[in-house]
Amino acid sequence: MADQTYDAIVIGSGISGGWAAKELTEKGLKVLMLERGRNIEHIKDYVNATKNPWEIPHRGMRTQKMLTDHPVLSRDYTLNEANLDYWADEQECPYTEAKPFDWFRGYHVGGRSLMWGRQSYRWSDFDFEANAKENIAVDWPIRYKEIAPWYDYAETFAGISGSVENMPQLPDGKFMPPMEMNIVEKDVAARVKEHYKNARRFIIGRVANITQPHNGRTNCQYRNKCWLGCPFGGYFSTQSATLPAAVKTGNLTLRPFSIVTKIVYDKNTKKATGVEIIDAETNKTYTFNSKIVFVCASALNSAWILMNSATDIWPGGLGSSSGELGHNVIDHHFRAGASGEAEGYDDKYVFGRRANGIYVPRYRNLFGDKRDYLRGFGYQGGASRQGWQREIAELGIGAPLKDAMSEPGKWTIGLTGFGETLPYHENQVSLDKDKKDKWGLPVLRMDCEIKDNEKKMRKDMMDDAAEMLEAAGIKNVKTYDAGYTFGMGIHEMGSARMGKDPKTSVLNGNNQVWDAKNVFVTDGACMTSSNCVNPSLTYMALTARAVDFAVSELKKGNL
Amino acid sequence: MNRRDALSRVGLLMGATVIGSEFFLSGCKNTDKKGGSELSKDDIAFLDEVGETIIPTTSTPGAKSVGIGAFMNMMVKDCYTDENQKIFTEGIGKLDEASKKKNSKSFLDSTPEQRTALLNDLDAEQKAYYKSKKKEDPEHYFKLMKQLTLLGYFTSETGATKTLRYIETPGHYDGNLPYKKGDKAWATS
Repeated sequence: MADQTYDAIVIGSGISGGWAAKELTEKGLKVLMLERGRNIEHIKDYVNATKNPWEIPHRGMRTQKMLTDHPVLSRDYTLNEANLDYWADEQECPYTEAKPFDWFRGYHVGGRSLMWGRQSYRWSDFDFEANAKENIAVDWPIRYKEIAPWYDYAETFAGISGSVENMPQLPDGKFMPPMEMNIVEKDVAARVKEHYKNARRFIIGRVANITQPHNGRTNCQYRNKCWLGCPFGGYFSTQSATLPAAVKTGNLTLRPFSIVTKIVYDKNTKKATGVEIIDAETNKTYTFNSKIVFVCASALNSAWILMNSATDIWPGGLGSSSGELGHNVIDHHFRAGASGEAEGYDDKYVFGRRANGIYVPRYRNLFGDKRDYLRGFGYQGGASRQGWQREIAELGIGAPLKDAMSEPGKWTIGLTGFGETLPYHENQVSLDKDKKDKWGLPVLRMDCEIKDNEKKMRKDMMDDAAEMLEAAGIKNVKTYDAGYTFGMGIHEMGSARMGKDPKTSVLNGNNQVWDAKNVFVTDGACMTSSNCVNPSLTYMALTARAVDFAVSELKKGNL
Repeated sequence: MNRRDALSRVGLLMGATVIGSEFFLSGCKNTDKKGGSELSKDDIAFLDEVGETIIPTTSTPGAKSVGIGAFMNMMVKDCYTDENQKIFTEGIGKLDEASKKKNSKSFLDSTPEQRTALLNDLDAEQKAYYKSKKKEDPEHYFKLMKQLTLLGYFTSETGATKTLRYIETPGHYDGNLPYKKGDKAWATS
């Protein structure tokens, strides 16, 4: 059927899928974008975004029903009354935990681009070269100079605000004007910079919230309700940015409720001919054909699709010939750091709710520093004045308590480390054929854990934070390690890694599946190592780069 | 809330006690229960008076004006485990018993001054209890009542806009806003 044939199919509509659809349609291809969940329309479907706190019945707290329905989501801040509908249905879509694994998923148009943390940082050659230099896993097939123009391109379209800092480990980008540090953060930043002679720096977070009007989107209004969806389009999401661009070309067909079950592979041409889906609402099966397929279903689901494809040729699925598909799963381990109190700022406060914090770029194992572990970590944090939630030990109840609570409390400042996780072959996701989801499909089985390298790093993540805060004159500093479960960083990556050799990697340096050259995987699955910075900006850049390559190859008749 | 807020929340959890959020983040145990039983109208009226004593009418309205009793009823029914529901519900009787013991009359028959004195005693009692409380020990009913009162009041329209300050769409950020004693705190961050 004619309407079932497209130039390209994009599986998934999150950050990577949205970028793939935008780039492919703008290059003139007729594109079908498949999304397993429902549609969420920009602005119209952000049902809680303009509500006041008192209009949320339980004021954002958790009901017993929410805890019962969302046992995984309840393990972290993710379970919240205000955007409950943005998270995957755990009853319909279970998974198996051989070892504890937190998988926080967004099954709807836009995916996690609606709820993401929006911190956006470039990788440097310290990161692209680390595996090769330390003989860990395999070498990245690309270096900074190859991705740098694509970072420029991605930042310019997405709208990333940030400051130029000239730090080699965290390259500067095409930034919109930075958000502002508050007075405590500014003073602490100046003291840290001086104390560590510029080796450690506090900078304002680089964030995908626009600080100027951009492509018809309104600049960030400092509401700090991003994860409900922004009616101003103040932050980058599929809905606010890539989807409207793709729709504008007239070349996009978006099909929600489409669960891709396999990529259809032709062993004669050694290429994919399209995909097979189950309609999530009707349970009917459909086949769609295309010249190229972009797999952007989120790292672990992209691996799942590959593992379910071409199993008559490779029992482990498409891309499994290397033995690496589903392996080398990585994330960022976090929730260790320190916090304390800033004195002498009682006459200072803030206006507006800044959905961004400060960032401390990595300094460990760089520029001559050497630790008893590899790689490093960055910190996210910020200073703020306590509100009514604080406890005032010396006050009981009544008017004195009410009066005290009506005023702000102490200034506090906190830092939380986000650490690199090494890619261990044995950290793996696989198909659990004994357990099925609502549609009778096998589910993923997670078998991942952090090891000594990460555990040693966590101690530094606590101690360094405390040392820096104390050096900056912060009082009553306390360290913490609130514990980490694999996946909790919501930066799962690595399950179909890029490499230079088809024997040891799933994808080549253009995100092309070695075993099917018209299939591209450009989401977190492709990452060969995790670095310690938030990864989504890198997916954007790699996706745009891979589309450019794919379309060029298509025109040359190579695909 | 976003991840940074959640992290600062975690940071606070390690240090200070966050009334409300701490309890609801980690205090609820998962059970199969889908919601508990309703409190009676009398209980809700009683809790209105307890809430009003904790957050009284001053230059701005107090907790009774925001329907704090009905709010507590909803939260206890929907959010609490069976165990904490029982502690809370039995706490209503315990509070009245404590009133009879201290003031020789029921809580509702007491004067505002007597009510305040009683609840200050109970607050001191719960604070002392939590100083040595082990994780598996039960919650103290008065801490639950105080938490729900503060949560319900300061997140209500009255609490957020009259006793605190709230602007739905700030539009810009100033990280160096002058502050003088008496200026109100922001309702949300």
